[in-house]
Amino acid sequence: MSTSVFLAILVTSLATFSSRFLGAISSQGIKETSKLFKWFNCLAYSTLAALIARTIIFPVGVLSDASYLSRVTVVLFCLFIFFISKRNFVYPTVISAIMMALLSNYL
Amino acid sequence: MINKEFFFKGFKSILAPDSPALALGCCFIAIGALLKNLGFNIQESIFSTMLTYALPGSLVMAESLLVGASLLNIFLAVWFVNARLYPMAVSLFPLMMHKSQPKWKYYFSCHFIAVSAWLIMKSNYKSIDKKHRIDFWIGIGCATWTTAVIGTFIGFYASDYLDKNMMMGLAILNPIYFLCMMVGAMKTIQITAAVILGLVLGPIFYFLSPEWSILLGGLVGGTIAYFIGELNVN
Repeated sequence: MSTSVFLAILVTSLATFSSRFLGAISSQGIKETSKLFKWFNCLAYSTLAALIARTIIFPVGVLSDASYLSRVTVVLFCLFIFFISKRNFVYPTVISAIMMALLSNYL
Repeated sequence: MINKEFFFKGFKSILAPDSPALALGCCFIAIGALLKNLGFNIQESIFSTMLTYALPGSLVMAESLLVGASLLNIFLAVWFVNARLYPMAVSLFPLMMHKSQPKWKYYFSCHFIAVSAWLIMKSNYKSIDKKHRIDFWIGIGCATWTTAVIGTFIGFYASDYLDKNMMMGLAILNPIYFLCMMVGAMKTIQITAAVILGLVLGPIFYFLSPEWSILLGGLVGGTIAYFIGELNVN
């Protein structure tokens, strides 16, 4: 294993674990009925939503090569499928992959 | 030690029809293929997924290595994108705290905090007795973590057979799945406002600061949503 890659993996895992571990430590004295817990719950959902929006609108990696139009089309169509399938998670997920592969090929 | 009954109950939850196993596995297939294309060997790829186990962080590391970023830059870039794990941990662990359970279980299992496992636990914790929730959580975490490692392994060896369009298809799976799960979780005014505000504010803050956009979007959106919920209760 080359040193640079090995160190990059270690640094990445350290940066990731620190947030998890600090969260586990600081949640010790927080009760699930407290206002602080409710606030952190809102922060968690909002942060995740911000991450998802950023992943779709400003992606990194291979998705950044897909056109904006194709990404938006896939998202809107899959949300439509999600609602008409009575909130089934599997159909929109599977359809999104097939649709994205096809759209990126033809758009 | 770990209660086997609840551990396996948690482990099997990934086999449920609405489980994130498919989306998670496919995304790590894409990560495995990406890491191979970057020049990682199989040990490095598996080691990366086992130790990091956070998709956006792995992507940022890969992108940073590609442009020759320093270790400090990689640390900061990954920390910014993965700092979301802090509020996720604080909003989950109080649900599992029990005085009869040893502390090491909580410190050990915090490694499993990721969107998939977090959402499974959030939607199932009420059906589990509080004393055994941590064992159930460790079961979920082990299952999702194993799925990620297997996905990376498959992606590494399948990378020669995956063209760019197929990689794009695999890469969009995860955000779509999590978007649907978040929309599905919008059952109270507070959570609905948090999700909608996060979706809107995250991209807006990106124009101010790409690094801080997720944290700022989450902090501002979550705080406004909290007050909306409190006002509604009052």
